[in-house]
Amino acid sequence: MASVIPAGTATPAQTVGPFHGHALPFAGGGAPAPAGHPQTVTVHGAVLDGAGDPVPDALLEFWQAGPDGSAPAVPGALRRDGLAFTGFARVTTGRDGHYVLRTLPPGGAPYLAVCLFARGLPQHLFTRVYFTLPGHDPLLAALPPDRRLTLLAAPDPGHHRAHRFDIRLQGDRETVFLDFATPRSGAAPGAL
Amino acid sequence: MASESVREQTGRAAAGLQESPRHDARRSTADGARDSAPGAPADAGAHGIPPYTGDPLRRPRRPLVPVAPGPEAVELSGPVFGPADVDPLDSDLTRQHAGEPLGERITVSGRIADRRGRPVRGQLVELWQANAAGRYANRLDRRRAPLDPNFTGAGRCLTDDEGRYHFTTIRPGPYPWPGREHTWRPAHLHFSLFGTAFTQRLVTQMYFPGDPLLRYDSIWHSAGDAAARDRLVAAYDPGLGVSGSTLGYRWDVVLDGPAATWAEEGR
Repeated sequence: MASVIPAGTATPAQTVGPFHGHALPFAGGGAPAPAGHPQTVTVHGAVLDGAGDPVPDALLEFWQAGPDGSAPAVPGALRRDGLAFTGFARVTTGRDGHYVLRTLPPGGAPYLAVCLFARGLPQHLFTRVYFTLPGHDPLLAALPPDRRLTLLAAPDPGHHRAHRFDIRLQGDRETVFLDFATPRSGAAPGAL
Repeated sequence: MASESVREQTGRAAAGLQESPRHDARRSTADGARDSAPGAPADAGAHGIPPYTGDPLRRPRRPLVPVAPGPEAVELSGPVFGPADVDPLDSDLTRQHAGEPLGERITVSGRIADRRGRPVRGQLVELWQANAAGRYANRLDRRRAPLDPNFTGAGRCLTDDEGRYHFTTIRPGPYPWPGREHTWRPAHLHFSLFGTAFTQRLVTQMYFPGDPLLRYDSIWHSAGDAAARDRLVAAYDPGLGVSGSTLGYRWDVVLDGPAATWAEEGR
């Protein structure tokens, strides 16, 4: 092939910086659920720093299977038509560090994949939002119980079909963040 | 370490209050003399610049947990984008307003591939940047530099069947890092890229060749060794520009992370 780039030379990530708010958010980004869909669930929470203060400039992306358990292969996430479920969402946190996602419950593996971007992070962070903790999940099985719980959304009885999921960047209950790039070949440090 | 002790500003009013006096002071001083005095020890790592390690209250303290995603992992797939998601004009940042933006017109193009060199087809590439004066059309950027009413600085496109993307824009200006003395960000374009798998998600920054500010930039240095940093610097490509109109820069991207197709091929 003519223009093969040598393997193992991945382009490094860089911080998203503070000035992405006019470029990356899009209308309806936090509401992938089709309008009025009866299975719609709300997932909401705060992104918190090591002092427990809200992170007001985070960008969260979610990717998930649909209720049938398969990953959607449907375009239209950026220009939602209100009908299709694309499985992709992008939301920003507000001044209180809070975000809201209105989506459909994933079938199959019961979690949402999350990618978190924020000023002050040299690169993005991956995590997952689980709605239940299945016994056979290889990631959960490898985690001590207290760490496992950082990935579990809590039912929010104050709101209809709502779950609470906070993301703690540091501290005693620091959220588990994932490394897909170097599986089993040695843990990467948390910071660079 | 300076990069540890100084929390970046979060924008808003504080930035304006910090920025104005420094901006005025700079005006009354010999700019060249100040710019040539980086004030960093010569032996503190590459170019004497400690790499940016992030906000000390934001970067996680615990190691990342390695995951070898099995076939059930949704991260091995990713969102699909199509023509309905992106307008063809979204890739020309010089044509988003009634008038012409100020600045040096550039073409930025390149190829997106996975780690095995295979093109990433039909995927979303997003670009955002400062204007020619180094200011973002963003309410958080309170620096005293002109906004350009004909430039927003945000674009999108989909890669073609060879994994190529293509933008027409203007070269952004450098800008001082708020709250840090004598510290300027080199001219850069922010890029957001998707692969076929969510694990390949990438947000990074592209720089321009020969920029004297690069060697002083802690964020560029955070990319890693010299080879890794070089992968963030575009190449000037005279054949890529539009004759008589734009300067051409080529910048190829390789996305990291496993994708479903790897497992299918028995990797």
